[in-house]
Amino acid sequence: MSKDQMLAAIRRGLKRGALPEDQAMALRARMAAHPRHLVPARSRVARPAQVALFIANVEKEFGSVARVASLAEVPAAVADYLSGQNLPTDFAMAPHPELTDAVPWSERPMLQIRVGRAQASDLVCVQHGYAAVAETGTLMLPAAPERPTTLNLLGDTAIVVLRASRVVGAFEEAWDLLRAERHDALTGGFMPRNVMLVTGPSRSADIESTLELGAHGPRRLHVVLVDDDPAALAAA
Amino acid sequence: MQSTSASFKANAHDALGDAGLQKALAFTRPAFPARRAAAVAALPEFERLRDIGRDIKNHTLANLDFYLESWAGNVERAGGRVHWCPTAADARAAILAICQQAGARTVTKGKSMISEEIGINDHLEAHGIEPVETDLGEYILQLRKEPPSHIIAPAFHLNREDWEESFRASHTDLPADRVFNERRDILTEARRKLREKFLAADVGITGANFLIAESGSSVIVTNEGNGDLTQTLPRVHIVLASIEKVVPTLEDATSLLRLLARSATGQDMSVYTTFSTGARRPGDLDGPEEYHVVLLDNGRSGMIGTEFQEMLRCIRCAACMNHCPVYFAVGGHSYGWVYPGPMGSVLTPALTGVDKAGHLPNASTFCGKCESVCPVKIPLPKLMRHWREREFERHLTPSAMRTNLGVWAWFARRPAMYRAVTRVAAWGLGLLGRKRGRFTSLPFAGGWTDGRDLPAPEGETFFARYAREQRAGRV
Repeated sequence: MSKDQMLAAIRRGLKRGALPEDQAMALRARMAAHPRHLVPARSRVARPAQVALFIANVEKEFGSVARVASLAEVPAAVADYLSGQNLPTDFAMAPHPELTDAVPWSERPMLQIRVGRAQASDLVCVQHGYAAVAETGTLMLPAAPERPTTLNLLGDTAIVVLRASRVVGAFEEAWDLLRAERHDALTGGFMPRNVMLVTGPSRSADIESTLELGAHGPRRLHVVLVDDDPAALAAA
Repeated sequence: MQSTSASFKANAHDALGDAGLQKALAFTRPAFPARRAAAVAALPEFERLRDIGRDIKNHTLANLDFYLESWAGNVERAGGRVHWCPTAADARAAILAICQQAGARTVTKGKSMISEEIGINDHLEAHGIEPVETDLGEYILQLRKEPPSHIIAPAFHLNREDWEESFRASHTDLPADRVFNERRDILTEARRKLREKFLAADVGITGANFLIAESGSSVIVTNEGNGDLTQTLPRVHIVLASIEKVVPTLEDATSLLRLLARSATGQDMSVYTTFSTGARRPGDLDGPEEYHVVLLDNGRSGMIGTEFQEMLRCIRCAACMNHCPVYFAVGGHSYGWVYPGPMGSVLTPALTGVDKAGHLPNASTFCGKCESVCPVKIPLPKLMRHWREREFERHLTPSAMRTNLGVWAWFARRPAMYRAVTRVAAWGLGLLGRKRGRFTSLPFAGGWTDGRDLPAPEGETFFARYAREQRAGRV
């Protein structure tokens, strides 16, 4: 069959048969250990500087950040951002308990919230941030029932609520969070169906090599960063 | 895709006279290297990462069968299906069968060079299924029925006027007198048009930048978000990937990702880097219900164990063409197939045959810039030289060139005679050209003097002068 045919063609090139068991075991051990390679020094800094680096990188990539002291301040931060940008006050929001239960949305009755996945007509989507990488200002958004992927994509404006304690330095640390915290009964692995790493709003330079924001995904990306990490505040 | 690589010389000649193309090339030429240089300067570890990237790819290629089997096992554990396709025809058949089984009428597509390689769009159309390219650059090329001219900026050979003209001709449901004041207006119209397509599509086809063996994931990298809409909204997601895309772990992919965007567009990271593992899980509110990977060989396994194996390290960043003087003189279409520039000059003969694509490895100044910017350190000039040797061995080189090379080789192996002949030639040419210092025409050298003058020699060869200076005790 074609699988055997393709593997045989590769082995002909490598001038060997299937790997002997001891070598295969060594490769399986390498995958199980998933060793890190060089991790750039830029994110090997103290917590306050790490969070500052994350914010600077989001802004460098045309995103924006509002820093708030607690989850209680999130509704005001979202309402202020929407009115500041002249955006509608209704939005789709992730059914994540940190957003639905821990944030006092009722304090801002003007905000009309639909909890669930995004629809094509949604102009604003509010997503739950799983983690973020300071190295490049990247949000990590793994798909889950409480974190639908469409919320990252369909809105004109994407707002992500992220706890500062979930900002890590390098990508490797974000993978470690996934490896430690997730176990999928269906696959036996840690990877969800989809993990999006998002660095800034959607863009294209396809027209005359000139950058324009908002190609197919959101043209605005706003992070509401909740300071739940005393270590990150120490020198801030 | 039909290859016109055999007519590279004619293609290049036409390209040099194409004013629109030359305008677009001149506009973009300085931008690519400047952006990469700025991103590289901001990451002091970049050079060490290039060595790491090369080593990861070499390790994977040396164990490619093992890692592909591990990856495929994990895809299946996550509820996906792998379709092993030795040839382009196998891949076309597999994709069509999945689409037909899904009852698909329209198929959205993220950007994939392999999809150009196997010509899937024509195949789907011939069977009544409408393929829609959703990358902005690929979309306008589909409207214009043109192939891409660059692997990451497929339509940069077009100017704004071309976009407006094509949109007016294709989007006939919109008012004919609408005005495009700025580039943003073009973008907005495309966004609106393609939104409808994203929502209507039954199947989404994406490429893959990497496959991850440890988890059975596929990875795409985009800036627009079109790939993500393509793989999230339709009921069926098909990934089209070639065998050399696999890497062992997320950490390996991470190191390569640190090289990819910086080398390609000068970004630290592309906007969307997305890892897909199987289909929708229980409780998920969105995502495809089926996940297929069409795994393509199409000649790549034939490169393993040869001097061209190093080419399989390529991560398709386009840095080599972005820095290539030949590419920026003639543009991407001149190369005649899917992959242009230095990487195409090595890959195209391997995948389509040196008899068809022998001109490409000859279209190089051997300046070495491509190798110096390659994120995985592929020795592109050396590999092009290997193709020239193969071409010569197989008697594919034109006979006049073979004869001349034979004459030169005969003299080169007889140094005393070589020096005597060149000494006479340098003296004669020096004498003839003394007045003007250059020649506007010379017998047998029309290929050179048609386009520029040949500087006249000083009347003496280097060897002769060196010997003279040595005798005088000056060196």
